[in-house]
This record gives sequence, C-alpha cells and structure tokens, in this order.
Amino acid sequence: MTELDRKTPPPFNGVENINLIHPEKLTLDNGAKLFIFNSGEQDLVRIEFIFSNLRFDPAKPLMNVAVNTLLNDGTTTMTAAQIADKIDFYGAFLQFDYGYDNSQVTLYTLTKHLNATLPVVKEVLTDSIFPGKELATYKRNQQQKLQVSLQKNDFVARRLFNEAIFGDTIYGKAALPEDFQSLNSDDMLQHFKQMYQPANCTIIVAGKAGVEVVAALTNTFEDDWNNTAAEGDITQPDVTSAEERFIYKEKAGALQSAIRIGMPFIKRSHADFPALQVLNTVLGGYFGSRLMSNIREDKGYTYGIGSGMTSFKHAGSFFIASEVGADVCKAAIAEVEKEINQLKTELIPEDELSLVRNFMLGSLLGSLENVMSHADKFKSIYFSGLDYHYYERYAETVKNITAQDLKALAKKYYDFENFYTVIVGKY
Amino acid sequence: MVKFNRFTLDNGLRVLVHEDNTTPMAVLNILYDVGARDEDAERTGFAHLFEHLMFGGSVNIPNYDGPLQRVGGENNAFTSNDITNYYITLPSANVETAFWLESDRMLNLAFSEKSLEVQRNVVIEEFKQRYLNQPYGDIWLKLRPLVYKTHPYRWATIGQTIKHIEDAKIEDVKAFFKKHYNPQNAILVVGGDVTTEQVKKLAEKWFGNIPAGEKYVRNLPPESVQHEERRETTTGKVPLNDIYIAFQTCDRGDTAYYPTELISDILSRGNSSRLYKNLVKDKQLFSEVHAYITGSLDKGMFVLQGKPVQGVDMDTAEQALWAELEKLKNEDVPLDELTKVQNKTESTMVFSEMSLLDKAMNLAYYELLGDANEFNHETAKFLAVTPAQIKEQALAIFRKENSSTLIYLAEQTDGVDEPELSEAEN
Repeated sequence: MTELDRKTPPPFNGVENINLIHPEKLTLDNGAKLFIFNSGEQDLVRIEFIFSNLRFDPAKPLMNVAVNTLLNDGTTTMTAAQIADKIDFYGAFLQFDYGYDNSQVTLYTLTKHLNATLPVVKEVLTDSIFPGKELATYKRNQQQKLQVSLQKNDFVARRLFNEAIFGDTIYGKAALPEDFQSLNSDDMLQHFKQMYQPANCTIIVAGKAGVEVVAALTNTFEDDWNNTAAEGDITQPDVTSAEERFIYKEKAGALQSAIRIGMPFIKRSHADFPALQVLNTVLGGYFGSRLMSNIREDKGYTYGIGSGMTSFKHAGSFFIASEVGADVCKAAIAEVEKEINQLKTELIPEDELSLVRNFMLGSLLGSLENVMSHADKFKSIYFSGLDYHYYERYAETVKNITAQDLKALAKKYYDFENFYTVIVGKY
Repeated sequence: MVKFNRFTLDNGLRVLVHEDNTTPMAVLNILYDVGARDEDAERTGFAHLFEHLMFGGSVNIPNYDGPLQRVGGENNAFTSNDITNYYITLPSANVETAFWLESDRMLNLAFSEKSLEVQRNVVIEEFKQRYLNQPYGDIWLKLRPLVYKTHPYRWATIGQTIKHIEDAKIEDVKAFFKKHYNPQNAILVVGGDVTTEQVKKLAEKWFGNIPAGEKYVRNLPPESVQHEERRETTTGKVPLNDIYIAFQTCDRGDTAYYPTELISDILSRGNSSRLYKNLVKDKQLFSEVHAYITGSLDKGMFVLQGKPVQGVDMDTAEQALWAELEKLKNEDVPLDELTKVQNKTESTMVFSEMSLLDKAMNLAYYELLGDANEFNHETAKFLAVTPAQIKEQALAIFRKENSSTLIYLAEQTDGVDEPELSEAEN
C-alpha cells in the first residue's frame, strides 16, 4: 500500500449551482400578501406575519417596539395568561420580533395543531387591547433590563455608533429608561389599529405548507379581517449623521474597551453592494479575515473582531466591531487603520481572493439548510425591493470580480479619516 | 426519526453516518470525550485552551482554516465541562477535505510556541469579555464552588483563574493531546449528502492508520451528597440584585433526568410557566426569573435564578421561589400542565430535525451516552413521565440541606447616575 500523502489537499470542486426555492404568491381579498414555501419532511410550519413600522416619532421612540411586544398580553376575549396557555399547550411557539423596518409575529407549530393555534394569532393581530396592568409590568421589567444592558460596553458602543450614523431616526435614536414612562394604552391602541391592518401585512409560510395549510390560512385571515382605520404612515424621515466623528465614553476600571468604527453606507439595492460584500469578507467577514488574522490570531488583542454591512429600508452602514484589551485599545485601532489602508493601496493576492470566492459561495449554499432558510433568503430581497436576479448577480460578482475592482472599491468607499470611531471603556 | 449506520475502525474510532440527500451539504462532527472535568485542579481551563490550539496547525497542515474556507467550508468548536466538540459544514462534493483536516489533527499537532502564546492571550481576552467585564459575568465562578466541593465541576470551563491560563506550557499541551486526543476517545459523525460506503472508504483512508493510543480511564472524585444548606452573599457593581438557588441533582444517564427536566419546564418554560405567571406577572416580585438544569454527565445542578423588582427585599423574593418549589412537593402537577410541557418537548424534537448540524451533534452526544439510537427514543421517555414521578423528584431535590444560595447584591452607589463597570474579582 502506498504511503498516504497528507500534505497535499484532496482535489475539490467549486460550487456551481445554487437552487433557490421561489414562493408561490397569493393576495388575500383584504390585500394581505401571502407567500408560500412548501417543502420539507417534518410536519411543521413557520408562519410569519410582517408589518411595516409606522413613521418614527423621536418623542416616542418605544412606540413600535412596545406595541409589538404587548401583542402577547391580552385581547378582548383572552388574557395574556390564556394566550400563553393555549400556545404552550399545543407545543407551539409564538414570537414577537421588532426590527427597525418591520415588526412581526411568528408562529411555529406542528401542522396537526394548526387549527388550534392559528385562531390565537388571528385574535392577537386583530383584537389586542394593551391592558394597563400588563403595560405597567412591561415598563418596569424592560426598564430594569435596559439598566443591565447599559452596563455592557458593547451594547453602549452599538447605541452610540447608531446614534452618530443614523441621528434622530428609528435606526439611530435609542430609548432611555425614562422613555418607558410616556407609554400609555390609548396611544398604543391607536398605533396598533393603524399599523396591524391587512393592507400592511405580508404573510410568509414555510414548511409542509400544502393545500390544507394554505386553505386554513386564507380562511382564517380573509374572514372578518378588514382595513378599518386610515392607512398608517410608513414613510421615514431622512437620516442626518452627526458632525463629531470621535466618540469616547470612559469607563473606569474597564478590562476591555468596546470599539465600533464605520460610516453611513450604501444599501443592498445599490449595484455595488455584492462587490462590497466580497471586500468586506476579505476585511472582516469570516474567521480567516484580515482583521481576525492580524488582531486576534497574530496579536491576541481580542477574542473576536469582525466587520459587516447593515442594510435597512432607508439607510445603511458599514462597521468594524470588537472588544479589545483596555491596554491595547490604541494599538488595535492602529491595526484596523493599517488593514483598511492596505486594501486601498495593494491588490488582494489571487490566492486569498479565490479562497474568499469559494468560502462565500459555500457559505451561501450552506445557509440554505431547510425550507425556512429559503424563506429568509426571499425576505432579504423582497424587503429591499429586489428580485431573485439579485442572487444571480451576487454569485456572478463573487465568481468574477477582480483584485483591481476591489482596490478601486476600497478607494471609493473606505475612508478611514472620515470614519466614525466609538470607544467605550479605556483609550 | 434520525436514521444512521454505525461502524468502528480497528483503532477504536467510532463512526456514525446519517444519510440525508435533501441537502447539497455535508457535516463532519467529531466529539472528543474530554472536558473541563478531566483537568488537573492546578491547571483549570486547559480543555478549552486546548480547543483553541487545535486550530493552530497540525503535523502536515500548517494552517487549518484556510484550506477549509478554500473549499467553501466553515467550522467551529465548543468545550463544556464534559466534552469537546468540533464540527465542519461544507459542500458535500468536498467532504474529503474535512476528513483530511480532521484526521491530521488527530494524528498530531504542530505544537507551535507562537500559537500557544497567541491563544493564551485570546483566551484571556475571552475570559475578560465573558466573565469579568460583564455585569454578573462572574456568577458561575462563584456558584460552582458552592455546589461542588470535590468534583471538578467546581470550576468553570473557562478556568478557575486567568493565572492557570497564563501558566500553560507547551509540555502540558503535548501531554494533554497524548492522553485525550486519540481514536478510542472520539466519536465521528458524518451527515448530509453522503453514502455510508463512501464514508467507510474515507474513514479508513484518513483515520485508519492513526495509532489507537492509550485508553484514558476516567477516575474523578465523586461529589458527595450534600447535607447542609449553603449560602453566600456577594456585592458587585451591578444595577440590580440577583438571586441564585442551585440544587444537586441526578446525572444525565439517570432515569430521574426526564422528570427533572420537565420540572424545570413547568417552572419556567414559556409565558405560561409557573414562575413567570405567578412571580413576574401576578405577584410582580421579579422582573425576570428562570429555572433550568445543567444536564451534566456527572451529578448535575438544578438552578433557579431571578432578579427581584427594585424595592422587593431579598428574603421575600427567596421565600416566593421556595413557595413554588413547595407546591411541586405537596401537590400533584395537573395532567393538563404536564401534557403541555410534554407537547413542547415533542415539538422541539421535531423542529431540531430541521437542522443537519443539530442532528449530527445529537447523534454524537447520544453515542457518548451509550447508544446514538436512544436519541430516537428520547421523546417517548419524556411522554412517559407521570405526576407521581414529578412529585417524587421535587421531594428529592428541593430540600434546604441540598441547596446552595448565592445572593448577588447591587453595590449602593452614592448618587452617581452612571454606575461603573464591575471590576475583576481575582
């Protein structure tokens, strides 16, 4: 038997085809849009009810999130406890998630219990009442949680960064403990009635969603769910970033400093977005990235460092984030600057670039683990106003972009001098 | 139902294959039967530090991550008090790369001084980030030694103190590798778009000629039965008081595990759970409260944890928790309520089958427990639990003389509106 060659890597194949499941689309009589991803072996479904947030009022920064969270806390016929009993009894999960652009209610249920769990969701979406006692509990508990979070350097750094980049908008203005006081049931009820209407609702079902599941959904949500209130304003004010670009909050006794560096950035709908994702991956988008290799794996300054791009409906940002030893904070930031400048002045070696190409395509393939992941891919494009061509363009860009292109993009988009730098801890 | 095939190589490596052709991906999960419980009391945190060093290059492959990323793969690992688990996800067409990488680091590491030096620093930063520079981050460093007096569960996976990590030497690393990282001590699971025949060939080719090594025989000092109530009060620069009550409970292999887990669900799973409904919503004593078990392979912990609402004194809060425990000891849990937590367990198991990686990890873990196929009988065991068994376990566990209470008090600040961060404890 010949000696096994352990030094040479086995031959490998590139990722050629990435097949995305496209949804079937229906529009309900009341205007709600329904997207169906029917696939998978397990007898379960995930159903998301997604609503655009109403226009942000800086005087009431908690309105969208509070209304979403308290949907779980009582309707005219069910108390919070009864809602919980019913959902839990059937082994289902009901989640309320607030995002900057949308708020959503998600039901995870075995299909055999759909007829028992779906009416609870309907009730919550159409008949929530925001009871005063539940609201008082919510205010108190959330205030306490916020107090704890405000002691975490990375939490504070993220807030300061978003505030600098996104200003007084839904993306930038963070709530303070005292903002909870101004919440009241009447305001919330009014907000709820404007926002949670069928015309503002996108329903996405993923799982074993055959004809019976679709029929149950349409019957439940077409029956007696109408657009009654005036349409809510879902536009958002323009973003104005701060003048000051260096923000330092000293924390005595800090062992580590949280740092966040970056700037306002293009959104997913911009033609350069996929190419900048390649550039971002090289810089700080995977374990072997330049920031990780240098600042963690070579210097040992941190447990982790990365960079990323966030893309919202009305704004975007590019950021680098880490928590570094307080004594090496300055040194770490200097290394970040060095890495940024290198991308602008030197070509990425082909060996590194081909690795990143393969990594990104493998990662896209791997992110399609089950039917729910396919629905998630759809949401990314749908809420950015894009279609499935985006993923074709993305794959093409990843495969073909050149080192010259990336250097030009770094020059055009990465300007360390004008980056916002937030430090919480010691500097 | 997660189907699999199983075989063992001559050197003792156990291999399981889960064929799932609904995905274009493959997963290679390798579990080493070594955790923080196997550490020397003077060198704690070593299993976890070692996990970091496994990425520092092996005997024939200087860089672990690069070649994997080049073929579109991703990987990670975690260490617990019981096990160290490594996993790779990659396009199935490139599964051989995963065999090549994993087998070489089982064969031998590069043992580079530079890698040790850097990873010591990285782990020290991890220690700070997760345990010292976070409000309440040091809870487990204090609670474990209260509950365990002799068993190595008395230290956390990250280690007892940063000093132990600073002191790690390359000789220790080599000895640890020799003792624990050999085929007899590992379970390999390959899942996804692969066939058993293919995995057999690849396993023989890449792992077959790795020497079996010496079998590690675990001989840990057992934790004796607790006979006295334990209590500690500590003060930290945190905004709110916090209370922990921990009880010694059975090990993972015990049949009592199933009712014990369901008790924690009755108390704290979801918004219909007792602690949430009674203590957060109705009595408004806590802003948050949780109950959970550690599920350790040796004697485990049942933990109650809650932050009382500001203004509620700690005695009242503690008594309210005990009142809920007394109810479990004195009254049968209503059948409806038991069915509820059983249904939740059942649906969670079905949902977990949506993830290839979860399936592979579960097969490896259940194989370590004795038989991977037991994973498929897990739901039935939970469904078979009766109210009488719940009561029996509640009576056995929730006794003062089996309790360790840690009171974490917010330091009173003198009018400074921004309390400072908690300082290092050691």
